[in-house]
Amino acid sequence: MSSHPLLEVERLSVSFPVTGPGLKGLFLKQKLHAVNAVSLQVEPGSVVGLVGESGSGKSTLGRAMLKLEPSCAGSITFDGLQLDNATQSDIARLRQQTAMIFQDPYSSLNPRQTLGEAIAEVLKVHRKCSAEKRASRVDELLTLTGLSGDYKSRYPKQLSGGQCQRAAIARALAIEPRLIVADECVAALDVSIQAQIVNLLLELQRKINLTLLFIAHDLSIVRRLCDRVAVMYLGRIVEEGPTESVFSHPRHPYTAALISAIPDIDPERRLPDTLLRGEPPSPLDLPDGCAFHTRCCFAREACRKGEAPELRGDGNHQYACLLEAGEAERLTDPMR
Amino acid sequence: MSPLLTVDSLTITTRAGLNLVDQVSFSLAPGEMLGLVGESGSGKTLTCRALLQLLPEGALQITGGRVDFDGRDLLRLSPREMRQLRGAGVGMIFQNPSTHINPLMTIGQQMAESLRLRGRLSRKEIRARSVSLLEQVGIPSPEQRLDSHAHEFSGGMRQRAMIAIALACSPRVLIADEPTTALDVTVQAQILKLLDGLRREHGLSIIMITHDLGVVAQTCDRVAVLYGGRICEIAATADLLKHPAHPYTRGLIACQPHANVNAQGPLTTIAGAPPTAEEMPAGCRFHPRCPDAQRRCQTRQPVVHDVAQESGHRVACHYPLQRLIHRELDHE
Ligand SMILES: Nc1ncnc2c1ncn2[C@@H]1O[C@H](COP(=O)(O)OP(=O)(O)OP(=O)(O)O)[C@@H](O)[C@H]1O
Ligand SMILES: Nc1ncnc2c1ncn2[C@@H]1O[C@H](COP(=O)(O)OP(=O)(O)OP(=O)(O)O)[C@@H](O)[C@H]1O
Ligand SMILES: [Mg+2]
Ligand SMILES: [Mg+2]
Repeated sequence: MSSHPLLEVERLSVSFPVTGPGLKGLFLKQKLHAVNAVSLQVEPGSVVGLVGESGSGKSTLGRAMLKLEPSCAGSITFDGLQLDNATQSDIARLRQQTAMIFQDPYSSLNPRQTLGEAIAEVLKVHRKCSAEKRASRVDELLTLTGLSGDYKSRYPKQLSGGQCQRAAIARALAIEPRLIVADECVAALDVSIQAQIVNLLLELQRKINLTLLFIAHDLSIVRRLCDRVAVMYLGRIVEEGPTESVFSHPRHPYTAALISAIPDIDPERRLPDTLLRGEPPSPLDLPDGCAFHTRCCFAREACRKGEAPELRGDGNHQYACLLEAGEAERLTDPMR
Repeated sequence: MSPLLTVDSLTITTRAGLNLVDQVSFSLAPGEMLGLVGESGSGKTLTCRALLQLLPEGALQITGGRVDFDGRDLLRLSPREMRQLRGAGVGMIFQNPSTHINPLMTIGQQMAESLRLRGRLSRKEIRARSVSLLEQVGIPSPEQRLDSHAHEFSGGMRQRAMIAIALACSPRVLIADEPTTALDVTVQAQILKLLDGLRREHGLSIIMITHDLGVVAQTCDRVAVLYGGRICEIAATADLLKHPAHPYTRGLIACQPHANVNAQGPLTTIAGAPPTAEEMPAGCRFHPRCPDAQRRCQTRQPVVHDVAQESGHRVACHYPLQRLIHRELDHE
């Protein structure tokens, strides 16, 4: 097996121009920094979880990593090949070997195509099987995702939310990619079918060494499925490491807050009290220092100024927080 | 308290004559939060869309039942009356925000439209209320974000904008179709708190469609479980989670990934696939997947009946689990 990561980004940044309020805004375009100098490595055959607050840049990062979104700085390397000045054929190879499952399944499926047509088209474009075998492969893919072949004549609008999401998964699997960026791909599914899809992904990982960047907010699934996990807050990765280590010894207060908010099915447990005080800062106006300091109960003077803290740690489990190990223990203390 | 909304034997049929939703009944009291759970494709969204006459025209039809809201049958309102009702009585948060938020209008314009349904407001008032609503659903820089279009929002922000639009017309009943699926746990908690506060302070009644029993446990007073277009169990939340009477409900609870965080290997699933309308099993619709199925389950469709008198716990099963569980507990 090759020793280099399958997909690697270094100091990748993505920003969007945004119109400000009122007439003046039309001329004074502001920059929204959705992804800020993010570095991340995805080893072949591994499942990397990407979690973080809504709006923190997970989808943007996922798209940018596959060059589905232009980045404004940083580099992307796929399978040892740097994609900065990628040629047409490099991009074609990337498209052949990777797939993205978009967060919004409805808008990623063509409303005028039946599921069968949509999947057959992918099989044809990527020359995955002969014309005669196409129909049976479509059936097989739909069945794999828990829809039956009967669904191939349905249009997206004739599907329930979860069925649509599975159709999008089936279409991604049709490419037989080496790497899938799965953006909230089980969010609309009930637990039993969610489990079926997760088990399917685990099986593909084992059988064909499928690599997965799994964007999700359901931490219990991330914990179960992922080898490593990266936590994003306001466009930056604030913690990254082996799943077990991050879950049992979070070093960033934001990670700790996320973990403490996992809902439980204990009917006696009420809604948790405000987990994070204050509002998330706006990506249009990032605070100085650590972006989390406005909501962090451990924040001190050094956190409020200068550049955002760099990732540090033992190389395996990294975190962008100034707290020392002794203080970080208090993060998981329920009595704090 | 007498119910605000009563759904009685609602049936939704395709052109081919298949019942996608079959005799579904439930009621909703003022200030109550009712959970609607069930497998993907079990008919949760269709049931709720039917209440607002929002089924795809021509393709699906309501072939039976009534929906009583405030003394009126919603299924028999004229389109004009229905529009008024959507503005002032019943609001809906749709499952897929992107197809229900207009891509050509800014979020602010859409909120203004929704606010105007409630009465005359000056432009300034509209702006102020919109900003405050976006703030309540946790969108940073709300003032600036009012001028954004939906495609400039992240998935979770779009979902929250949808919630703000639905709340703008101050409905009395809110139908929330998977309102927090795109949200991380901390924002989810914030939204659930907001909804919980609205029902406590303003008596808003909520139908909460979700597949997350954790959300149900934390917010709902009662839960109805749908399977294959029929109600299989309905009960007070604590009752249902602690003493599920239907084998399907028990299976759902066992599949919750939180139920076994420390476990390894494949996740628990309910064996078999959910039924499709084309091939609905005879008898109890769950019997092909039910570990406890007997001969009677293959041929006779169970009717919804009380598990225990007066507890409001009802189940559609020939061999409900309640008694089995109690016996196990007695042995311990
Ligand atoms: N096309 C765009 N134009 C302007 N801003 C955008 C655009 N796409 C994304 N953004 C902004 O970038 C930020 C990050 O968005 P992104 O979709 O990556 O978040 P996310 O982490 O996937 O959130 P969620 O969990 O809610 O899906 C948000 O503030 C969003 O408003
Ligand atoms: N226009 C339509 N024509 C035919 N069948 C339809 C149509 N719309 C929905 N269905 C079917 O009706 C069933 C119920 O759909 P519904 O959207 O109510 O499911 P749901 O319980 O909301 O599921 P999910 O959790 O996946 O959103 C599904 O099997 C779906 O395929
Ligand atoms: Mg996203
Ligand atoms: Mg639905």
